[in-house]
Amino acid sequence: MRRFLRTALLLPLMALAFPVEAQVPFGQASGVKEGLEIGSSTSEIAIASDFRGADLTIFGALTNADELFLAIGQYDVVVTLEGPKDYATVRKKERVFGIWMNTEGMTFEQVPESYSLASTRMIDSIDEAPSLNNIGVGIDHLALNPVGYIPDSGIIGEFRDAYRRLKLSNGLYQRDTSGVRFVSSSLFRASLKLPANIPDGMHMVRAYLFKSGQLINQREMPLRVVKTGIEQAITDAAHDRPLAYGFLCVLIAIITGWGASIVFRKD
Amino acid sequence: MTVYLPIAELSVNIFIILGMGAAVGFLSGMFGVGGGFLITPLLIFYNIPPVVAVATGANQVVASSISGAITHFRRGTLDMKLGSVLLVGGLAGATAGVWVFSWLRRIGQLDLFISLLYVVLLSSIGALMLQESVRAMRRAKNNNPLPIKRPGQHNWVHRLPLKMRFKKSKIYLSAIPIVGLGFGIGVLTSIMGVGGGFIMVPAMIYLLRIPTNVVVGTSLFQIIFVTAYTTMVQAATNYSVDIVLATILMVAGVIGAQYGVRVGQKLRGEQLRALLALLVLAVGIRLAVGLIVTPNDVYSVAVGGMSY
Repeated sequence: MRRFLRTALLLPLMALAFPVEAQVPFGQASGVKEGLEIGSSTSEIAIASDFRGADLTIFGALTNADELFLAIGQYDVVVTLEGPKDYATVRKKERVFGIWMNTEGMTFEQVPESYSLASTRMIDSIDEAPSLNNIGVGIDHLALNPVGYIPDSGIIGEFRDAYRRLKLSNGLYQRDTSGVRFVSSSLFRASLKLPANIPDGMHMVRAYLFKSGQLINQREMPLRVVKTGIEQAITDAAHDRPLAYGFLCVLIAIITGWGASIVFRKD
Repeated sequence: MTVYLPIAELSVNIFIILGMGAAVGFLSGMFGVGGGFLITPLLIFYNIPPVVAVATGANQVVASSISGAITHFRRGTLDMKLGSVLLVGGLAGATAGVWVFSWLRRIGQLDLFISLLYVVLLSSIGALMLQESVRAMRRAKNNNPLPIKRPGQHNWVHRLPLKMRFKKSKIYLSAIPIVGLGFGIGVLTSIMGVGGGFIMVPAMIYLLRIPTNVVVGTSLFQIIFVTAYTTMVQAATNYSVDIVLATILMVAGVIGAQYGVRVGQKLRGEQLRALLALLVLAVGIRLAVGLIVTPNDVYSVAVGGMSY
């Protein structure tokens, strides 16, 4: 009872001692959480075989944003485009009897085949690594879990680094740390880079809103990437009707060979 | 002008592929070889994934062998029965080969294995051919006639059971070495993308003692069916036959071959064979260098799982 009284007395004192009131209008006390909305002109992208890469623009808006926090740049937005997920195998070559051969390998569980990130600034200066790892935002923070038990964790790190490096160098993983720009106090525009070798299938656009380094809201939106054209039709045929496709290949060979022997016949 | 290869998943210059096809076609016409053992390494040098290069190479050999087989069939220098026995072994070998191929691909050793096989094969064949052609050149210089081969000479092959009579070839021979030879060639077809004529022809002449006049036609007969079968199986299991690449190579190849045949008839054999031997050796050495030099990146990444 006595303890309760003491706290009850302390509370108003603390309110006087620290400028708690000053924070109230800018913070949670307003009762409404900041909102985040994103939109794109399309939910499907058709790419032809001569596709050399492009930019995808995502528009977004902050609602109920705090003017002061906006003014001092306490809001950060990260927008990512994650490709379809699949297993990925990294292999390492070593010299064996003078010949370079794959000796070690590691398979990672369900990682996005492509990953493009745009942010207002360096993602590692937005939030700390452990919490980025938790939400899996950023190329260095994507979950890369090896299949099976690997006793040596040093090796896992080595293969993870190699995976990220290879994906960045072949363009499937990209990042643009100034890709998100505020066009007005609450509207932003994110430019995501689509690599030339982007896989087709269901991609996911995700937007994350950080306030003073804390993730406070996120949104996601599916985006289908469809490859078009004769080349894609061939790829589909090769995978969906392999026997008919193989038969066609043989038929072309027979016609070409036979045709040549008729056309060039000497007698 | 670039063209996109849908299965190899890369853009290539169409004129380089046409040139490759025509050059290999020319050589194959000149020397009477299928050209698979040259086209596959050339494609690999041009950054086509070995998986695709091998499967597409097998498809290309179908086209380059067919006109030769038709000619031999018309002339009656084709032993259907002998060819069919070879084919039994060939189809079994190709099936086993595709299985090994897929397994090597799963464990990530396919590229290495293809290169190693080519290095061994090309360097030994190139060295043998060079030796033979140099000897022939010396012989021609000294005006010594060719030693006459004694017919009717028998070796261990002729003591095997399960003998069959081949009327057209006028031989009585066990089916075991024929099926065995077909099997070995079938394995090479699916793992290396070659027809295998350059091994089969000497083996039939020197090992099985089959008369020379039916050897080429009969081997072409078996090569067509084994490569066609391999193309189908590769398409069905590894999805690795690139129809665009194959078509460009085949069209350029059959045209190149026609000119190769004409030039080949005019030139002297020994020098030609020495040249081909040097070319084969050069391709083999280039592949060997690729295995030995330190790669730019010791790591590689592939979509999909790994199994042991």
